[in-house]
Amino acid sequence: MRSIRAAAVGAVTLSLALAVSACGGGTPTGGGSNDSPKTLTYWASNQGASIEIDKKVLQPELDKFEKQNGIKVKLEVVPWNDLLNRILTATTSGQGPDVLNIGNTWSASLQATGALLPWDEKNFAAIGGRDRFVDSALGSTGAPGKDPAAVPLYSMAYGLYYNKKIFAEAGISKPPATWAELIADGKKIQAKGKQAIGAEGASLNENVHHVFVFAKQHGADFFTADGKPDFTSDKVVAAVKQYVDLMAKDKVIPPGNAEYAQNQSVSDFAKGRTAMLLWQTASANLRSQGMNPDDYGITPVPVQSGTPGSGTQINSMVAGVNVAVFKNTHNLDGATQFVKFLTSDEEQKILNKAFSSIPPVKTAQADPAFNTPETAVLKNTLATSAAALPQVPSESQFETTVGTAVKELFADAAAGRAVTTESVKAKLLKAQQQMPAK
Amino acid sequence: MTTTVDAGRPTAQKSSRAAGPRRGRPGRSGRAGRAWLPYLLLLPALILELLVHLVPMVIGAVMSLKEITQFYIRNWTAAPWSGFDNYRVSVDVDAPVGEALLHSFFVTVGFTLLSVALCWLIGTAAAICLQDSFRGRGLLRTLFLVPYALPVYAAVITWVFMFQHDNGLVNHVLHDQLHLTDKPSFWLIGDNSFWALLTVSVWRGWPFAFLIVMAGLQNIPRELYEAAALDGAGMWQQIRRITLPSLRPVNQVLVLVLFLWTFNDFNTPYVMFGKAAPRAADLISVHIYQASFVSWDFGTGSAMSVLLLLFLLVVTGVYLAVTSRGRRTADV
Repeated sequence: MRSIRAAAVGAVTLSLALAVSACGGGTPTGGGSNDSPKTLTYWASNQGASIEIDKKVLQPELDKFEKQNGIKVKLEVVPWNDLLNRILTATTSGQGPDVLNIGNTWSASLQATGALLPWDEKNFAAIGGRDRFVDSALGSTGAPGKDPAAVPLYSMAYGLYYNKKIFAEAGISKPPATWAELIADGKKIQAKGKQAIGAEGASLNENVHHVFVFAKQHGADFFTADGKPDFTSDKVVAAVKQYVDLMAKDKVIPPGNAEYAQNQSVSDFAKGRTAMLLWQTASANLRSQGMNPDDYGITPVPVQSGTPGSGTQINSMVAGVNVAVFKNTHNLDGATQFVKFLTSDEEQKILNKAFSSIPPVKTAQADPAFNTPETAVLKNTLATSAAALPQVPSESQFETTVGTAVKELFADAAAGRAVTTESVKAKLLKAQQQMPAK
Repeated sequence: MTTTVDAGRPTAQKSSRAAGPRRGRPGRSGRAGRAWLPYLLLLPALILELLVHLVPMVIGAVMSLKEITQFYIRNWTAAPWSGFDNYRVSVDVDAPVGEALLHSFFVTVGFTLLSVALCWLIGTAAAICLQDSFRGRGLLRTLFLVPYALPVYAAVITWVFMFQHDNGLVNHVLHDQLHLTDKPSFWLIGDNSFWALLTVSVWRGWPFAFLIVMAGLQNIPRELYEAAALDGAGMWQQIRRITLPSLRPVNQVLVLVLFLWTFNDFNTPYVMFGKAAPRAADLISVHIYQASFVSWDFGTGSAMSVLLLLFLLVVTGVYLAVTSRGRRTADV
């Protein structure tokens, strides 16, 4: 008996110790140093269709950097699903890379941890100055009024991708410019037996990106001017409802998309099952799935009425990736040099071409390679009608709570349950109550 | 384990168990000079036990008393003490965080009870079916163990594909072929997700029960069955009167281990539903993960972990006390 009890207690202890220890760690660490000037570790986000592709793109550039500066860069491409957790773990333990990529929407949240090197005038001067970067990209590098926590590396924006062949079959001559047109076109497409528009209903990030834009179009924000969550105002509720209604009421998003979270909507589009897709810089992804670039067109994301612009005519978030330096790097000078290298005109052109993103560096953006019809639409969107997600410390919690609320609303819609103003408001209220109090 | 044969006859069991070790001891105490040796040999294990188990647990408990949000994770020793605030938030069932935790707790309890019961039932039934040797028994045994041997991620992601709404095998069979439902069902979102999760959990868990019960069955002497058959006991009676009582000590551990594993299972729900599980399938392990990693509030996450630890300790203690007493009274 005793051995059984001991085994049982051991089993409980072990399992819980594992659970608890997952939250353990933590070494107080100071600022950076230059103890190991010859090496750097770089965590790159996954920009291409696969990690292997990213490695193939990045490695020759890192070799070039080593030849120029004598610093060897150890590369790790981290999948998006793991990246934030890895950064949090690195922050907690103090054991992290020297240079890393972050999703630009995390900038303010990560800035609040104090783990990233602030880009003050001096640091910016070391990489050629703040003025080299496009304003919209700089707007997504940290809380306003603070030194940016990161430097823009790749910029992206949402566009409406549409299948030319399906549009022609349905007798649609030009892509929709407003949501009402999109719904009307969707009906015509459905009449031809195709699905109208795809969505990643179970992806928290995608949901948040879309409802953020809808909120802007309704003249609303998810946060008050002083950074407090404000998810339940009438306008925000109407905005979220309008997005979910694309499935619930207008029925242009197929119910099955409510469980999509692995980019299945991109595959559906690439395979010609759905006629439209709202996505950020999808071309590399579509190409890797075998879709011919001539088969689809790209146009700005619809607005309520009129044409895209600022204010309520916003039609995309400022999407993108920033590069940051971990504050307790052991090669501060090398890290800065590496950021300078990555944001140089030449590297900006090479990397953004490979990843079909847009350079946030003004001089690189002028390159003709970024004037293709697709990039022209996205570049124009970024310049004139894109807004940065809220730059508040609790941004990443906002993505989780509101993203979950929208996911649950999609689940309701898919199951045939009514999505009403009240039900939307209730979900958003729950989301707001789960935001950190401080 | 040989004692299991005599589960019905307590005296034999007790004496054989107690006498074994005691008989050995006097000889050892004769060499009193080396009495320290066993302790010395235990020392590395003890130190590792402290390092691997106790220290992280204590750190976790300490963290639960601190306010470890994103502002302090970089140097959490400097995080302010928050007393029992994290616990207060976790157990305040009128507020959303506490309400969600309580809901997740109930879901987990219901899920665990069902899963353990089904795993045990299927595992035991399969083991009894394969008790007598016949052609192809080895093959069936191997086949039954496959779910247990497969890597978790690969196995669960396959189930995710099968549960998909549009192209999944499950809907294809239930809806397209058998016409059991009016329209294809959602298994990965909404209320059905509970049953999807339960299916995968049972599929993954029952081979373990099968394995353990099969091992236990090896120790039941054939003669008992032969004697019972001579006395006119049918198969059902043999199972009830011989097999199950003989398996009792095995089952006691098996059920407990299954319970703890299922209750704490993180991989299955995480691979199936990702960071935000549907409300109907919001298991507590993922819930706590979300409270700490996704919300960046490690203090509250630790407090929830400690509460879970206390709960499981209580359950284990009560379970062992009750089953042992039950056994003792049954023995008398």
